[in-house]
Amino acid sequence: MRPVATTRSATGMPTARLAVWWLIASEVVIFGGLLASYIMHRLAHDAWSVQAAYTNTWIGAFNTLVLLTSSLTAVLGHKAADEGDGERAAKMLGFTMLGGVTFLVVKAFEWTIEIQHGFTITSNTFWSFYYSAAGLHALHVLAGVVVMGIVAASARKNEELHRVELIGLYWHFVDIVWIFLFPLLYIAK
Amino acid sequence: MAESAHATHGDHHEQSFFIKYLWSTDHKIIGMQYLFTGMFMALIGGFFAYAFRMQLAFPGLDIPGWGTMTPPNYNALVTNHGTIMIFWVAMPVLIAAFGNFLIPLMIGCDDMVFPRLNRLSYQVFLLSTLVLLASFFVPGGAFGGAWTAYPPLSAQATYNLTPWGAPLWLLAVALEFAAFLMGGINFITTTMNSRAPGMKMHDIPMVVWMIVLASIIFMLSVGPLFAGAIMLFFDQVLGTGFFDPARGGDPVLWQHMFWFFGHPEVYVVLLPAMGIVIDIITVFARKKFFAYKVVLYTTFAAGVASFTVWAHHQFIAGIDPRMAHIFTVTTLMISVPIAVIVFCSIATLYGGSIRFTTPMLWALAFIFEFLLGGVTGIYLGAAGADIYFHDSYFVLAHFHYTFFPIAIIGTFAAVTYWFPKMFGRHMNETLGKIHFWGTVIPFNLIFIPLFILGLAGQHRRIYNFSMYPDLAKPEFQDLRVLATVSLIVMLAFQFVFLFNFFASMIKGRKAEKNPYDANTLEWTTESPPPHGNWKELPSVYRGPYEYSVPGRADDFWPQNEPS
Repeated sequence: MRPVATTRSATGMPTARLAVWWLIASEVVIFGGLLASYIMHRLAHDAWSVQAAYTNTWIGAFNTLVLLTSSLTAVLGHKAADEGDGERAAKMLGFTMLGGVTFLVVKAFEWTIEIQHGFTITSNTFWSFYYSAAGLHALHVLAGVVVMGIVAASARKNEELHRVELIGLYWHFVDIVWIFLFPLLYIAK
Repeated sequence: MAESAHATHGDHHEQSFFIKYLWSTDHKIIGMQYLFTGMFMALIGGFFAYAFRMQLAFPGLDIPGWGTMTPPNYNALVTNHGTIMIFWVAMPVLIAAFGNFLIPLMIGCDDMVFPRLNRLSYQVFLLSTLVLLASFFVPGGAFGGAWTAYPPLSAQATYNLTPWGAPLWLLAVALEFAAFLMGGINFITTTMNSRAPGMKMHDIPMVVWMIVLASIIFMLSVGPLFAGAIMLFFDQVLGTGFFDPARGGDPVLWQHMFWFFGHPEVYVVLLPAMGIVIDIITVFARKKFFAYKVVLYTTFAAGVASFTVWAHHQFIAGIDPRMAHIFTVTTLMISVPIAVIVFCSIATLYGGSIRFTTPMLWALAFIFEFLLGGVTGIYLGAAGADIYFHDSYFVLAHFHYTFFPIAIIGTFAAVTYWFPKMFGRHMNETLGKIHFWGTVIPFNLIFIPLFILGLAGQHRRIYNFSMYPDLAKPEFQDLRVLATVSLIVMLAFQFVFLFNFFASMIKGRKAEKNPYDANTLEWTTESPPPHGNWKELPSVYRGPYEYSVPGRADDFWPQNEPS
């Protein structure tokens, strides 16, 4: 049974959505700290561009496209949930999960190739940042896919449809983090 | 609590002990879990202080209850004393215990908005506690690189000689942060969305505001350190070079990340204590709180400003002197909003009819002692003076004069004040006052000598002063002995508190609903409040501090009473 507290809304914004925004705020500063450290180091070490030249921009671009598309299906899922069509919402979230899994599989191959070529997390501080930042992001993708599976399972039964929007918000955040990572790690050579 | 436990025992349809007290989603029980865990950790932290102070006063002595103090022991105890007292005592007790207990009761709702997230938050916190304690029993022993964990000492096992202790310490701290992020989201959203009908922004009791603002400041400052913790962990266990200049890293980066969090953290623990003190002062001065809105907006300003002062911890870390000037200015400026809050609390006393109850004594002691801590901070905020004082006992005495009032005096104020509501019984006032004087007087006798020693140039991180002729003079050693003896006296008086606390819980005088004639909503329900807090949730008609309103027969005016 839910407490009365959960059903109140003094701000006018549903409590769950409010909480997701605060969650995102706390995540923004985590990634913010990591990326600010990276940018300051990068500015101080011109030599890192030699290392950065080994990252594969095309794979990064493909993954960017995959993530952006998965955000689109998340929005379509939200729209379906708003219209009360739980089955369609679940289907759209399924596409988003497919995008997330594709992203992770591509990343797994990309990292395998890089590690085989000797670019490991300890070979240079550029690579340390590369694996740490993209790895932390990949963990967020993974967590998003898992939670989305739970949300989609209940949405299929037309239950807890408001959660479709919430997981979508989180997914857009994960997407936006990648929008920062892609140019910083792949394009800036 | 004892009573409800009996009731549970008698009625087999009720929840089992495990479900009721260890797996509960009730905000009051979770608050108690945090309170008791924090008190337990305070005993450990206090014992550590006893052990290393004995070594400083009587170098090489076989310490009763500990044994011989080796240098690695000493470092581990000092490090973990600081870590425990801030992360496992001040935060869980002031923010988590009282935040959980008070927020739903003071804003008039039945629980936190996310009860299961709340339970998870405590469980992660408990896990972090166990990880930290476990770090004492691994090969190499517990981490001894100071609670600030500066690399390269913290990053490489070849330097710190604690290959297991250092990563476990870091893991424990990171888990603790995760627990408080979950708790913080709960506090913030609960207060934003679940207030009683009629409770507007300026009707929220100060202590609730302060806990919420502390949670926001914590959330916005801890992120970079969270990232830093991941980086340091990789340096420790994978061998990356984030903080190793030889490999393109930068050790000062850690200092920036640590203090970008570490300084706001001071306000994270200060604000709840200030809120507790404000609520107690208004009740026992029977006065409306002086300048509610001024203090509220000043606190917003202090919260923003707290993000701009961090590098005053790094004046001798090789930062640009021009940068040091900027941070000197911001640091001196932040004393203005804090002074405003303190002076408004003092102004509340003026013309009041003051009742010197035990919680009131603690609240007044907080203001007095914290002012000393704040004033000595001005010296350290100025780069010129700080270069001399840095890493001396002056710094140590200064921050104990801020943290002790916050974490210990503030906690005792809150525990003695809300005890009737928490456990349905009164604490003994005489024992409470004996404990008060037995804590506050020795506290000053511990740290005033340390101020003097710091001014004389005594460095913070020395294991045995008899090896340094300049510092081994008898007049200095006498002050060290005075500080240590005072500490032992103070610790001994804590048993008075523990006895009073547990004895009162079982057979103290029964507490009525509103023993202090207070206005805030928690006093309108039973003591202790039942599950769900009220039979019928209250509505709010006025602010929390309407005491001694002219023209009214009563000198208080509960928030839920229709006009």
